[in-house]
Amino acid sequence: MSLSPIAQVTGRGVVVAGDDIDTDRIIPARYMRCITFDGLGEYLFRDVRQTPEGKSTNHPIDDPKYKGATILISGMNFGCGSSREHAPQAIARAGFKAVIAGGFAEIFFGNSTTLGLPCATATRKDLTALMSLIQKDPTTLVTIDVEKLHVTAGPLSFPVSLKTSAQQGLLSGRYDAIADLLANLPKVKELAGRIPSATAS
Amino acid sequence: MGKTLFQKVWDRHAVGILPDGSTQLFVGTHLIHEVTSPQAFGMLRDLGLKVAFPSRTFATVDHIVPTDQRTEPFRDSLADAMIKELRKNCSDFGVTFFDIPSGKQGIVHIVGPEQGITQPGTTIACGDSHTSTHGAFGAVAFGIGTSQVRDVLATQTMALSPLKVRKIEVRGKLGPGVYAKDIILHIIRTLGVNGGTGYAYEYCGPTIEGLSLEERMTICNMSIEGGARAGYVNPDEKTFEYLKGRPYSPKGKEWDVAVAEWKKVVSDADAIYDDVKIFEASEIRPTVTWGINPGQGIFIDEAIPSPEQLPEADRASAKEALEFMKFKAGEKLAGQKIQVAFFGSCTNARISDFLEASKFLKGRKVAPGIRAIAVPGSQGVSKICAEMGIDKIFREAGFDWREAGCSMCLGMNPDQLVGDEICASSSNRNFKGRQGSPTGRTLLMSPVMVVAAAVTGKVSDARLVFAKS
Ligand code: SF4
Repeated sequence: MSLSPIAQVTGRGVVVAGDDIDTDRIIPARYMRCITFDGLGEYLFRDVRQTPEGKSTNHPIDDPKYKGATILISGMNFGCGSSREHAPQAIARAGFKAVIAGGFAEIFFGNSTTLGLPCATATRKDLTALMSLIQKDPTTLVTIDVEKLHVTAGPLSFPVSLKTSAQQGLLSGRYDAIADLLANLPKVKELAGRIPSATAS
Repeated sequence: MGKTLFQKVWDRHAVGILPDGSTQLFVGTHLIHEVTSPQAFGMLRDLGLKVAFPSRTFATVDHIVPTDQRTEPFRDSLADAMIKELRKNCSDFGVTFFDIPSGKQGIVHIVGPEQGITQPGTTIACGDSHTSTHGAFGAVAFGIGTSQVRDVLATQTMALSPLKVRKIEVRGKLGPGVYAKDIILHIIRTLGVNGGTGYAYEYCGPTIEGLSLEERMTICNMSIEGGARAGYVNPDEKTFEYLKGRPYSPKGKEWDVAVAEWKKVVSDADAIYDDVKIFEASEIRPTVTWGINPGQGIFIDEAIPSPEQLPEADRASAKEALEFMKFKAGEKLAGQKIQVAFFGSCTNARISDFLEASKFLKGRKVAPGIRAIAVPGSQGVSKICAEMGIDKIFREAGFDWREAGCSMCLGMNPDQLVGDEICASSSNRNFKGRQGSPTGRTLLMSPVMVVAAAVTGKVSDARLVFAKS
């Protein structure tokens, strides 16, 4: 599938502070009772956005000052836990175009890349500076340059990291691997003949 | 220079290198369930694609299936729709489905090994992070997202980058009352919840070799909780013995050929590892989590740490955990009142878990006011428990004995915590909201410790509670 390359993402940021924000927090399992991903955006961070009684907790996602943000900024080990693609799907469907964090759990990272949602890793120091800048002035535009692996935001300018294969995929519009995988089907069939499969007897 | 099992399996299953530099990896066996597969089949239909190798995919229902109702339609119409969708997808695309009437349904990571589908030296993928469980057999097993489920259905391959391998050697003898669950909780606590990023964990050493396959599954299961993408144990005679005669295991002459192949995938003695960590079994004691990630654990006789005692990087999370759990630093977990005891999940709902716990539970009663539920990991486990009278021991003690499924491990079905209830749980995740209530509190521990908590109504050192039995 030829998709448009993603070389740069620019937008306003929202800070969802904290480390180890797991995929159960991003999208609680109760909201995964669905057979399509449509409408998942609404349930992003659901349980921390509302009290059990349904009152708003003023979570940053609902804070009017961050309205229209397209870049999610969070702490270390973002997206740990369950492999549910519902998590990056909810983030993307809530309107986000990229995530900047101190680090990402691997499955989450891979799932996000496949959807064309770049996940850039910043150092703790740069991240702290970015967070306080955005908290102070949420109108600041944040730009992630996927090619140069660099983030600029107001007076800030710092390097970020991204796995090379993800970067290559995003830049070439091949972040969804399906077309490349399908192209090799003849080779796959040949290999399959040599790999035993579990069969009932 | 020798190779690790991981490298051997990877090399054997690599189709080639993709334009983005990642590897196209062949998936020997693909497992699917009702929650992460419907969208993948939807994408397949949108793209007009077929399942490339339908005989390599196996399906079951576990996450959302009710454990107290087995006749359709299910009370939860969404659950009903998801299960019917999987049934239709399997029939449309020619995939084997261990449906409820098959007698083989259960948590996907328990069904695979039980049916002999999980075999050494192969690659396994499933749209579920605890796919690492299958590594107990010397398979390289990956949890994947739904788009990758689509990739595997359409091509039996996926794009992945190779992992580093960390050897985790455990040596010495476990003390009485200390189990596989304690080993893995201890490893995660020591190496950190993201300590395994970029790695596959190879568990080895005399202690691991001494464990049964079911115990090895408990350890491999939680590799993901330590941040590792996969975890495995080299196959040995115990592995072959477990697999022999299972429905999907090779038979007759093919069995001998398979065993010879399986022996070859074992890591070479001179294999090079990217990292090595050594643990002493005798230092491990029954471990219970006090926080909101599986690395926030302590030995039962330790006190909850204060954030200041922890490395700086862990302090914010510890503070958040104390607040959420309503615990104080310096407090002991032992003695904390519980409201719910959950015995189940792909970490600990196999026959040996129920058998071991039943020895202590026999003749005892669940403390008044405690909601205790026991959920076998599969219909197969359920059947054997019934044959051995284990279900009766649990029922007579006051446990609610359920049908197979994930149940309260993730609370996608009606089995959920209510409000801020504290649950002694044999599962693998204690994230906020994990067990179905946004404010529910989960304490991870071994199954025997769950039973000890159930009968005393509070977190208890099973070694003391059951001292005389
Ligand atoms: S038992 Fe829990 S961890 Fe295991 S597959 Fe089911 S929900 Fe996931």
